[in-house]
Amino acid sequence: MIPLSHLLIFSAALLVIGIYGAVVRRNIVGILLSIELILNAAALNFTAFSRFALAGDQEAGVIFTLFIIAMAAAAAAVGLAIVIALFRVRKTIMSDEINLLKW
Amino acid sequence: MLPLTLLVKAGLYLIMAISLLAAVASVSLPNIFHAALALALALLGIAGIYLGLQAEFVAVVQVLIYVGAVITLVIFAIMLTNRMADRSTPAKNSLGAACLAVAAGLFSILVRFIRSTPWPETTSAPAPGTSEIGQALMGPYVFAFEVISVILIAVLIGAMVIAKKDNPGEDAP
Amino acid sequence: METLDQIFVLSKKGILDFLGTFLPEWVVTLACVAITIKAIAVLGPVTMMYLTLMERKVIGRMQNRIGPNRVGKWGLLQPLADGVKMLTKEDIVPHGADAVSHFLAPILIVIPSLLAFAVIPFGRGMTPVDLNVGVLFFIAVSSTTTIAIFMASWGSRNKFSVLGGMRSAAQMISYEVPMVLSVVPVILIAGSLSTNDIVLAQAGWGGLKWFVFTPWGFFAFIIFFLCGVAECNRSPFDLPEGESEIVAGFHTEYSGMKFALFYMAEFMNSFTVSGLAATLFLGGWQGPFLPSWLWFFLKTYALIFVMIWFRGTLPRIRVDQLMGLAWKFLMPLTLVNILAAGLWYFTEGAARWLITASILAGSFWLLTKLNRGYTPEKRVYLFAE
Repeated sequence: MIPLSHLLIFSAALLVIGIYGAVVRRNIVGILLSIELILNAAALNFTAFSRFALAGDQEAGVIFTLFIIAMAAAAAAVGLAIVIALFRVRKTIMSDEINLLKW
Repeated sequence: MLPLTLLVKAGLYLIMAISLLAAVASVSLPNIFHAALALALALLGIAGIYLGLQAEFVAVVQVLIYVGAVITLVIFAIMLTNRMADRSTPAKNSLGAACLAVAAGLFSILVRFIRSTPWPETTSAPAPGTSEIGQALMGPYVFAFEVISVILIAVLIGAMVIAKKDNPGEDAP
Repeated sequence: METLDQIFVLSKKGILDFLGTFLPEWVVTLACVAITIKAIAVLGPVTMMYLTLMERKVIGRMQNRIGPNRVGKWGLLQPLADGVKMLTKEDIVPHGADAVSHFLAPILIVIPSLLAFAVIPFGRGMTPVDLNVGVLFFIAVSSTTTIAIFMASWGSRNKFSVLGGMRSAAQMISYEVPMVLSVVPVILIAGSLSTNDIVLAQAGWGGLKWFVFTPWGFFAFIIFFLCGVAECNRSPFDLPEGESEIVAGFHTEYSGMKFALFYMAEFMNSFTVSGLAATLFLGGWQGPFLPSWLWFFLKTYALIFVMIWFRGTLPRIRVDQLMGLAWKFLMPLTLVNILAAGLWYFTEGAARWLITASILAGSFWLLTKLNRGYTPEKRVYLFAE
């Protein structure tokens, strides 16, 4: 079994990679991809903690992971719908070119 | 059986390395389509780590929802929005160096915290099976489960309303 | 009889026992895994080769032809000849193609199809990997095929490829939903996600207590099989590669062995989907008299024959009909079906048959009524007479 700290460092690395991507990317779809990475880092942490928890407490972490996955799917669906609607109106999906609240 | 456990461990570390590389690729590749594929690889790697943690159900759900649905949706959106020939626009804004520094700082702080905390060394109980997860979902966590299903329905309707084409009668650009 | 039933299990055990005489235990464990992988890796391509022959023969007979009969007796060596032809063809990569995606797509599309073999119970004690989330594993793995199709369609840099890829994605996502939901009643009644346990739950009645002989099982079987056909992109749901509209869809720009890999994935998918349908609804390897693995292959090939029959009979449907079928018809019917399976679980005797059958028949009637759709008015030819 891998020690818990290695798993946590791995998910911390995923988290900072995701944050970097979310800040640096210009493409809105790219930002969404980075946010998926961040969510995954959190979800992985929950399952890792649950594996090392006492008996009876283990389900909580796994269920948290499942809920995070569901929420991530929901976020992706709405986010991509917004991206498509935005592209239809503005003909661009670069985040720094969309500088007006309403057009 | 010792060589086998070593083999499994080495495999897990290999998966970790691959998914980290794929994650880096997914935030740094200029071509957004390649970035999405790299993210798919990273997510598959995370599913492999779930398998290593004996959470088969989560691993399968990860593959089913992320790789099967979310990445497909993302690629769908890329195909609908990005022009295939357009490769000249820069993929990143000017915050690169500063953000890299902040991210590295955050990472070092996190690693220091993680290393200085005493974690449990060994697993104390067998991993919960699928039926235990199901019973927990229908028992103590049933309210959260209901809320999630309501949210998912709201998302379903919301995504449809947002992405729907406007009426042709309204001001067409 | 018992030895014939267990012939593959016994031969594997024999090999392992022989290896165990002079090798350490962990090598034997690895060898056990390796033998299973080897068996799947041989079974998949060989199945594919002879499915191509079967498809051509059956379609030929349906179209009043004979089909391939020149190479070998009854054309039995035709797949080998095809293989040689595929290997010697020129491999063309279009100018301006995305080299990485174009190269990787045919490789990646075969992997999920091979992985799906891992949870199919081929016979008594012959499940390669008895995962306790077997059915979900199958669905998850087969859903990743979409990404490979996207890579092929994007990487080819061809408008027909992209159109085919988009159609494929829309179709896969739409049909995944009723497919997963149609499996739910089976999981509900069997009480397990493991394919092996689901087969064992259908034991009884002399090996004929299959789930398909219950009202909910019948509906779920039809829905699952239709969605499976759609997931394999087979006719009449073959819009992603509809040759009369978009040349060949996502594999327009592929030639030689890469094209053969796409074909291989398609045929292995149809084999695994038929195998899973047989496992979930037709009792898997359960059956009277014959050895278990023979029953499994008989049922699977019968379902594949039905798929080929579809192809020989039905015209390709339109995109709106495709989406309408998935979302407006199959999806509500599966939801009703889950309700019916729940009622079946909690009732007894003749009442359960009556209740579930009437609910399902009523909703089927209602849905067909609501989905009547647009029928154009009868034309009146004013001046033709």
